[in-house]
Order: sequence, then C-alpha cells, then structure tokens
Amino acid sequence: MTTGEIQARELHPPIPPRRVQPSRLRVDRGTGIGLGLATMYLSVIVLIPLAAVVFRAFDDGITGFWDTITTPEAWAALKLTILSGLGVAAVNAVFGTLVAWVLVRDRFPGKRLLETFIDLPFALPTIVAGLILLALYGTQSPIGIDLAFKVSGVFMALLFVTLPFVVRTVQPVLLELDQEMEEAAVSLGASRFTTFRRIVFPNLLPAISAGTALAFARAISEFGATVLISGNLPLKTQVAAVYIFGQIESDRPAGAAAVSVVLLLLSLVVIVSLDVLQRWGRRRG
Amino acid sequence: MADNSTTTASRLGLRIVALAYVGMILLLPVGLLFWRTFENGVGEVWDQLTNPAAVHAFRVTLIVAFWAVLGNTVFGLGAALLLVRHRFPGKRVFNALIDLPFAVSPVVVGLALILVYGPNTSTGSWFADRGIDVIFSLPGMVIATIFVSLPLVVREVVPVLEEIGDEQEQAAWTLGASKRQTFLRVTLPAIRWALAYGVVLTLARALGEFGAVAVVSGNVVNKTQTAPLYVRNAYLNFNQQGAYTVAFALAMIAILALVILNLVRPKEHT
Repeated sequence: MTTGEIQARELHPPIPPRRVQPSRLRVDRGTGIGLGLATMYLSVIVLIPLAAVVFRAFDDGITGFWDTITTPEAWAALKLTILSGLGVAAVNAVFGTLVAWVLVRDRFPGKRLLETFIDLPFALPTIVAGLILLALYGTQSPIGIDLAFKVSGVFMALLFVTLPFVVRTVQPVLLELDQEMEEAAVSLGASRFTTFRRIVFPNLLPAISAGTALAFARAISEFGATVLISGNLPLKTQVAAVYIFGQIESDRPAGAAAVSVVLLLLSLVVIVSLDVLQRWGRRRG
Repeated sequence: MADNSTTTASRLGLRIVALAYVGMILLLPVGLLFWRTFENGVGEVWDQLTNPAAVHAFRVTLIVAFWAVLGNTVFGLGAALLLVRHRFPGKRVFNALIDLPFAVSPVVVGLALILVYGPNTSTGSWFADRGIDVIFSLPGMVIATIFVSLPLVVREVVPVLEEIGDEQEQAAWTLGASKRQTFLRVTLPAIRWALAYGVVLTLARALGEFGAVAVVSGNVVNKTQTAPLYVRNAYLNFNQQGAYTVAFALAMIAILALVILNLVRPKEHT
C-alpha cells in the first residue's frame, strides 16, 4: 500500500464488513477441536441454562405456563414492561434522531465532549444509573421533581439506559448522507420541513427503526436501573425483571421462569425483525 | 436575509431541545452524583472508600472481572477465527447463538444459572460433592459475568478479520511459518486494536454487572458482595454516603473506559 492509499483509507469512514470467503477449504482436525471447545463453552454457559428456563416454564404444560403469567401481579408487570418499553422506544425514535442530527449538523462549544458522553449509559453500571436517577428524581430531588416509586420514575430510568441506541445508529447514516440532495430540494423551492420529510427522513428510517428496536429490547430487560426508583410495588411500578427477581428471592422459580420466557420471546421477535430491517436497509443502500 | 435567520432560529431551537433532553436525562444526574459524593468533604469519601466491606467488594469485583475477561478473550478470539477463517456446517447458527446473550435480561441470566447449577439441582449437587459451590459463590458469579459479556470480543474482532483478509497469513504460511508463528506474528498484530477494544468493553461490562450477579451471588457482605451490589445495599441501609462514593468510583471507571475506547478507535466517532 502506498502512503496515499493508507491516507485514503483513514479518511474514509470504515467500510461495512464484507464477507471474505476463505480461499482454502479447511475442515481439518484443528477446526474440529476449536469448534468443539467453543460450542462447549457456549452450551455450558448460555444454551443449557436458557433451555432450563424454558423447560421450567412449561413444567406444568401450556396451561400451567398461561396460569402463571396471568396471575394479576405477573400480568401487571408484563403489561407495564411492554407498554413502557414501547413508550421509551417512541421517545428514543424522536429524541435520539434529534440528538444525532444536532451532533452531526450543528456546531457548538462542548460538542466533542457531548459526543463522548452520549455513550456513558452503555458504560455506566446500571445500578449507578438507578442511584443517580433516584438522586435527581427521588424524594430528595434538588429540583423538586419527585418521581420515586412512580411509573414516570421507571420511565426516566429506561430513557437513561436506552439513550445511545438511536443516536448511535442514526449518526453514521446521517454523516454519510449526501447534503447536495437536500440543497437541490431547497433550491427547487422545498421548505426545510418538506426537505426533511421527503429527502432526509426516508434515508434515515432503517437506522431509526433499528435503533428503536434495540432500545425496546434493552428497555424490557432492564433491571439495575429500575430496581431502586420503582420501589418494587407489585401491580403498580413493578416491571417484569424486578418481578422475576422477587420470585427468585421468594423461591418461586416457576413464576420467574414463565415471565422470563415471555421476555425471551419478545427479545427474539426484536432480533428477527432487526435482521429483516438490516436487509431492508441494505437493499435501500 | 429572512430565510437565513429562520434557518438559524430553527437550528438554535433544535440544539436547545436536544441539549435540554440530554441534560435532563444524562448530564444532570451524572453531575449530581459528583456533588452528592463530595458534599460532605473529601474525608468522608476517603473513609467510605477504605471501609473494609467496600474494599472487599472492589476486590471481589476485580477477581470476577479478571476471570470473565480472560474467558471471553480466549473464547472471543477462537470463535472469531472459526467464523472468519474456517468453514464448518452450522456456521450461521453458531454465529446467531453468540449474539443471544445480548437479548437476555440480566435477571433471566441469573435464573437460568440457578436452574442448572443451583444447590437443589443434580449438577449443583455433583459439584457440591466435590467441594465446589457454584451458585452463591465465585464460580457462579464468574459464569454470570461471562454470559452477559460473551459477544463483545467476538463482535469487535470478526469485522477486522474479515477486512484484512488472509493473503498475508497465507504468505507467511507459504514461507514456512508454523500456524502458531503465523498467528502471533501476522494475525494478532493486525487485530490488536479491535481486540483491545473488545477487552475494554468486556472489562467495563464485567466490572459493572449488577442484575445477573445479584441473583447468583447471594450478596453476602465480605464474601460474595461486588461493588455494584454494595451500592444497592448501602443505599437500602441508609448509608447514602457509602452508596454515592462507591457509585462515584464505578462511574469514574466507566468514564475512563470511554476515554480509552475513544483513544483506541478515534476514527469511528468523529
């Protein structure tokens, strides 16, 4: 590679990963042993335990499973989890896109710092997130907003942990978006809003949807951030993960397993739809 | 011009709304953590940090994180090499299964491990007969931490391995280098930054894991209590200073990890 090539590589955004076919077909003994060890690691740590949860949930058959998840407390927890997950996803779709937009198109002092800090919810331990939200929006709130033991408090905590998803999926797409298209639209007399709606938004839609789906998946499984601020009130502020934790603590694994299976199913739906979305995004180019 | 001024106004408006949102959700809460930690002076913070239970909690956290990072780095490298450089039946399934931990709630991770390795299970009693407690003890906490951070190294290394291709490896191989030499001298140097990135991500996740560890650890002070569990206990026991101080220390580790990640891969986030 010449220096010019190296610089060109560095100036351009990272190339999306492409599948490189190995030129030699190697199914030798080494591959077999490696694959065996990796599969064992995955099975012992992830697959067998998850299978155990599913088996436990259906110990008493489908009716047993159904009866367990339709007890008032479990049902209320699942309902709250799904509804708040949808709400949090919707807020993220709007505000995540807005924050990405401001980070890419706007210039202001402190932007680089903000850029780094946006990822903090990913790096910060969830219990720390829960603690600091309770500090700001709890009974001792210095700004006089008390959301402790309320659904709105749970909502705030979920907004915190899901903040980076949409921002980080939309940002790279927005960076690569050709601004000449927008300029052309404006020069042809389209208003700013029309330009956004007709030119920018359709291009961002796959990324926004992917980020929103990820935010939803994260929101329905969150535990650490919500456990303190929710106050763990059954039928009121208890989300599914907190309900499962309570069931385990009071030694009722069947109840815990049944609700866990519902969460696993929901996540599975999200993963599959993400896969579909990614193909859609690639097709749109 | 009128058009320009409305553009500036709308740009300013968007900026204010975005910053207000990030401020209310992220910056204010984090800022308040700093203030709450130091409002009673540095001496209090020092006392809380050096309190034996807190020190022990940090030590347990480090031990668990060390083993989890070690396990997932070895697995991550191996799995990435398998996925990119080797062919085998069932590759797509294997690839999909690696991402599974991202879709599982931490509490469900804990439950899953208890159901297989708990004291009342056959696996659990098999281990107990040999003097090993898995659940309510370090091995279970390490397994739980490995579970939640399992895909991180693989997902960082795979794209880089794909991008560099295998021409150089084949060249080394043709020139008579052994497999081990090829890996150490050619492959490893090429993927070192991606590997470092994955390791830092894994470490950050391992140090901060709460839900999965909360379920399997039993949360025994001075035994199986990690730093994140200490935060919750201190808060529930009305030791706010202790909770804020340890939370502050964990937050500083998280911020340090972010800074390192930005240094390791400066190009992607600009």
